[in-house]
Amino acid sequence: MTIDWIAFIAEGIRMATPLVFAALAALICNRAGMFNMGVEGMILCSALGAVIFAHYGGSVWIGLLGGIIIGLATGMFIAFASLTGKADLYLTCIAFNLMATGGTVFVMYLLTGEKSTTSGAFRSYQIPVVDIPIIKDIPVLGRIISGQSLITYIAAAAVFFMWFFLKRTRIGLRIRAVGENPKAAESVGISVNKIGYISFAICGVLAGLSGAFMSMSWVTFFMKNMVNGRGYIGLSAQNMAKGEPVGSALASLLFGFTDALATTLQNQTNFPVEFLEMLPYLATIFAIIITSIIAINKRRRIEQGAAK
Amino acid sequence: MAEVMRMQNITKIYPNGFVANKDITFAVGEHEIHALVGENGAGKTTLMKILFGMEAPQEGKIFINGKEEKIANPLDAIAKGVGMVHQHFMLVPSLTVAENVTLGAEPMKNGLFDFDGAVKATQEIADKYNFNVEALQKVRDLSVGQMQKVEILKALYKGARLLILDEPTAVLTPQETEELFEQLFKLRDSGVSIIFISHKLEEVMRICSKVTVLRHGRCMGSLDIEGLNEAAISKLMVGRDVVLKIDKEDPKPGKPVVEIKDLVKINSIGKNVLDGVDFTIHEGEVVGIAGVEGNGQTELSEVLAGLTGFTSGDVKLNGTSIKGKSVREIRDQGMAYIAEDRMVEGVAGDMSIKMNIVADRFTKPDFKKGLFMDAKKINDIADQYIKDFEILCDGREQPVRMLSGGNIQKVVVAREFTSGANFILACQPTRGIDVGTAEMIRKTIVRKSREEGTATLLISADLNEVLECSDRLLVMRKGKVVAAFPKANQVSEETLGEYMLGVKEMTQSEMEGLL
Repeated sequence: MTIDWIAFIAEGIRMATPLVFAALAALICNRAGMFNMGVEGMILCSALGAVIFAHYGGSVWIGLLGGIIIGLATGMFIAFASLTGKADLYLTCIAFNLMATGGTVFVMYLLTGEKSTTSGAFRSYQIPVVDIPIIKDIPVLGRIISGQSLITYIAAAAVFFMWFFLKRTRIGLRIRAVGENPKAAESVGISVNKIGYISFAICGVLAGLSGAFMSMSWVTFFMKNMVNGRGYIGLSAQNMAKGEPVGSALASLLFGFTDALATTLQNQTNFPVEFLEMLPYLATIFAIIITSIIAINKRRRIEQGAAK
Repeated sequence: MAEVMRMQNITKIYPNGFVANKDITFAVGEHEIHALVGENGAGKTTLMKILFGMEAPQEGKIFINGKEEKIANPLDAIAKGVGMVHQHFMLVPSLTVAENVTLGAEPMKNGLFDFDGAVKATQEIADKYNFNVEALQKVRDLSVGQMQKVEILKALYKGARLLILDEPTAVLTPQETEELFEQLFKLRDSGVSIIFISHKLEEVMRICSKVTVLRHGRCMGSLDIEGLNEAAISKLMVGRDVVLKIDKEDPKPGKPVVEIKDLVKINSIGKNVLDGVDFTIHEGEVVGIAGVEGNGQTELSEVLAGLTGFTSGDVKLNGTSIKGKSVREIRDQGMAYIAEDRMVEGVAGDMSIKMNIVADRFTKPDFKKGLFMDAKKINDIADQYIKDFEILCDGREQPVRMLSGGNIQKVVVAREFTSGANFILACQPTRGIDVGTAEMIRKTIVRKSREEGTATLLISADLNEVLECSDRLLVMRKGKVVAAFPKANQVSEETLGEYMLGVKEMTQSEMEGLL
């Protein structure tokens, strides 16, 4: 048994793409003071939306746009329920995720007559893979950095865009203020609801990109429950990084690698599949526990250490 | 002198029928620091909320610079030059001072937030009025006093010409208070009028030129400070002479109740917040702790109450160490605790008065009937204490949050004074409450020590309070006890100040026998 490590790393980055978007989508809502568990369902809906738009539009780009539109629409739906309708955000998100799981299958059945996948009925579209000149010829690095899906590069750019957006724009500043102390923001005339809607809109676009990647790059069709907890993993990734974009991306990368490890081992060894499929989620739990223990220990060390 | 603001015949009746303001007329002139005083529930806050657009009055008019104005909301008020510094700060801790000050009216450059411009604008105003804050500092790193400066800067940045300060000195140390007063004078001289809400009459006497007194929602008059004294204002406020002196006999200390031995606590950033505290409290005496806030008093009370642990040393309560014990276990050992922040640790705001009163004892067999709580007994006790402690409320089922500050504190003391504990830990027991309730609490503390032999530790930022109520007096500075006096009421405020501020420090031998 030999494992192709370069392929493994490239696969890790690929697998991290939807997680990075999921993490950023959760992050922007979190910074505005909303713990948006609905990211999971938003990605699932976008994944189906992308496939449908691509099929009827006849173009991968219409598919990509469709994914984003559905992401935006679902984001607005949750925002409306929780901000305007004043419904509890957690309950709304749980209900929405359940609805997305059943609803996507229902819509798929209506359009294709299939209940598990669109792969037979809809044409497959794939977001182009980009070969970067010069870099692609560098040994090792070329195989890792070049030849990824276009969306993977967009994800990398989105991380830095998010950082800049939060740090340097007025809306970014207001989002941070609202997230930390809505009363303070309200008292100086910032509409907390408006900021909430803006955050959900950005979240929707990012979730849309994540969904489009799932159904037009990871695979080239939609299948039942294909997001499989990636939204939640993104949520934990940004939580571990305390809402910092770059840290969230790194945490997502870590989870991407466990995901890749599972697929690699699955293809190249005879480990039990069920165990391997558990890995990314197990890694999430351990990562959360470890980050929290580190934080507690750090504090305890300071409190005890200087005593002697 | 021209009037910058006049509230004419303001009447505000809340939907529940409570008359908060009745026909109040209140005017503030140019270059004036105008005190607004009254007991808790007298209507000061409501009146200011009306001026700041947070409440609408049923009757009355508001004039700003002689022109009648309708103030629809706080933003409208800000636009008309009225700024308010709330008692609870409206700040975003992780943002810088400059970002907090400019938030909502941010300077822009090329479509982006102009951070440098915000810093510059903030620093300019801060320097103009000698505000000792750095625009680039994060608000979470500031002291409470500095946070208050940021709040004032926020108002000034948005062009406030009339500044409402709601009990600004309640959270400040004596030096910070001094500093604030200097800055208020400077603001006044530069043309900003100030409404100063306070309970501390000596401050009102010092910095204000006029005072308006409210009592039970009515205006008792607006008077020039000149020719007035504290006793006269106090009489207008409460309608009777408040005895600022407490008559008490000498204590007869019995056996030790609380023994604190070389107590050290290191906080999460590695600072020794308690640095070898060592003293004993006996039966029947009130030990007071004075000190500039932030010198370990809060940490000491948290350790004694069992809210946090400590690094080394030991604390014995009635002969048994409290190390590692839960709050419940320490209470069972005989502690009662009046917490510093009543809304956070004193009461559960959304729960009823009766539940708050029995919160420390509902699990005891006395209050149970089989598996369930004994509703009748709990109701009887609640009604009894509402009567005994004169809690002004609609009944025992009313949520505590609906009461005024003084009445909330009465709920707390009703529970703590009747818990049967022989050690009362009283932290800022009268902070921000009306004179009448404060007097009742102070007298009860002294009475319980004399009649029931209770040991009391009184931690307070109000010097008059510690000097009047305590028997022995300790001074804390930088986590240590730096001075001890056998008779608190013979210590002058000046002497106390010298120890509090670190001008003087007693040696161990000087404090021998007093700890």
